[in-house]
Amino acid sequence: MSILDSNERAHDAAEASARRSYGKLVAFLAARCGDVAAAEDALSEAFAAALADWPVNGTPTNPEAWLLTAARRKLIDAHRRRRPEAGPDALDAIADFDQQPGPHEMPDRRLGLLFTCAHPAIDPGIRAPLMLQAVLGLDAARIASAFLISPTAMGQRLVRAKTKIHLAGIPFRVPERAEMAERLEAVLDAIYAAFAEGWLDAAGTDAGRRDLAEEAIFLGALVVELLPDEPEALGLLALMLYAESRRHARRSPLGEYVPLDEQDVALWDSGLIVRAEAALRRAGTLGSIGRYQLEAAIQSAHVERRRSGAANWPALVGLYDGLVAITGSPVAALNRALAIASMEGPEAGLAALDAVCVDARMVEYQPYWAARAELLSRTGAHSDALHAYDIAIGLERDPSMRQYLDHRRSLLSN
Amino acid sequence: MQYLLALYLDESAWGSMSPEQQQQGSAAYAAYTEALTKAGVYKGGNRLRPSASATTIRTTSGKSQVLDGPFADSKEQLAGYYLIDVADLDAAMLWAGRCPASQHGIVEVRAIWAM
Repeated sequence: MSILDSNERAHDAAEASARRSYGKLVAFLAARCGDVAAAEDALSEAFAAALADWPVNGTPTNPEAWLLTAARRKLIDAHRRRRPEAGPDALDAIADFDQQPGPHEMPDRRLGLLFTCAHPAIDPGIRAPLMLQAVLGLDAARIASAFLISPTAMGQRLVRAKTKIHLAGIPFRVPERAEMAERLEAVLDAIYAAFAEGWLDAAGTDAGRRDLAEEAIFLGALVVELLPDEPEALGLLALMLYAESRRHARRSPLGEYVPLDEQDVALWDSGLIVRAEAALRRAGTLGSIGRYQLEAAIQSAHVERRRSGAANWPALVGLYDGLVAITGSPVAALNRALAIASMEGPEAGLAALDAVCVDARMVEYQPYWAARAELLSRTGAHSDALHAYDIAIGLERDPSMRQYLDHRRSLLSN
Repeated sequence: MQYLLALYLDESAWGSMSPEQQQQGSAAYAAYTEALTKAGVYKGGNRLRPSASATTIRTTSGKSQVLDGPFADSKEQLAGYYLIDVADLDAAMLWAGRCPASQHGIVEVRAIWAM
């Protein structure tokens, strides 16, 4: 084999190993030394060493084991370089580290790493980026572009978070039963935050953001795999799969916004819907309802349109009742008002909406004004509806959404 | 790992408490210290004199500037501290949450820089 061929083969093997094993290797190393950044650095040096070594000595039969051994050595070297004057205690720790079980016994510590990234001591705004980098190996620039933050700022915030983990002694531990619900909620919220950023790219034209939704689904599926009996984890996975199934129906071929009840059900991905329904059904057997299961069930009631021709409005009102009770979210209350309108008419919807507008956050929330405008126009209160559309349009940044609102508004002034 | 629990309190609150309330307050701290000691994690701790009795010093170019009063002019002031030795931040936060100061003020938890 020529040098070029063997180089390429080694490179491909390293890349494939990276994709499959990155998260597991970082998690295992970070848990051992309490330092995510050090683990990432050691691993990246190990990968560089692989690219130098494998073309010469052949791709190893167990690439993951090779990388783990190489990374461990780098970690010990780095530790010695930082603390050459370290006393006997420190050297004991290093020796213990060196005698860890062989790579074929490497346990999957990714769950602990996810809980670390979502630890209460870590700022909520950086938890999702931290997970994406530590568990999936995404680089700061890519994460930054998806969250609309400058790469430098994102890089600095990630460094700060990882330093905090190390210096403050945040443990890499799956929480005990007593704190599991609260700690898991933080993990799920972070994964959902990443998904929501990906969701903003409805047309799928921004590759960085579209992929983020896929990465979030991967993380959600990973949590379900590692915690198979947690209903909220299943609920979140179902929710994301339902939402993702409608990706291709959200915009017309011309890039126009298509509301949920006008989407072409033939464009919904039935494979994803089947997976979502399986997850939601399994969650239901575990006997503890929560926010994500309710949101997934709401999605399920909407998706019923592909079978029955209409969304299940009575079920939706009931589900929104539950969601409002659990979360107190004005957005949930808003959607509940719309469901009531679909079931009982626009006046009933407006009455429900009046209760929502008490929340100060609604004043700047475009969907609130769009919903208000829609219901007012159905009752014939055209000038009030026009006013509400104006406010909604003024609050909306997405051009295709603005165009849609403009169009609805123009239908009134005729 | 050793952690410093820095207790920040609104000092005016103590003064406006009745003697019984103050006694209850002291008893709560004594019980907390006892619990830390029984658990084998207590490494030290003290109540500090009021911030009005503090003095600050800043030295630049060999000249010292001495000022009467605490470092920061804030509603909550450093009122005391505990030094504890526990496994990790989770354990430290658990103890910090049990400290009476966390109900009346703020407890800051900081790892000691082990040399």
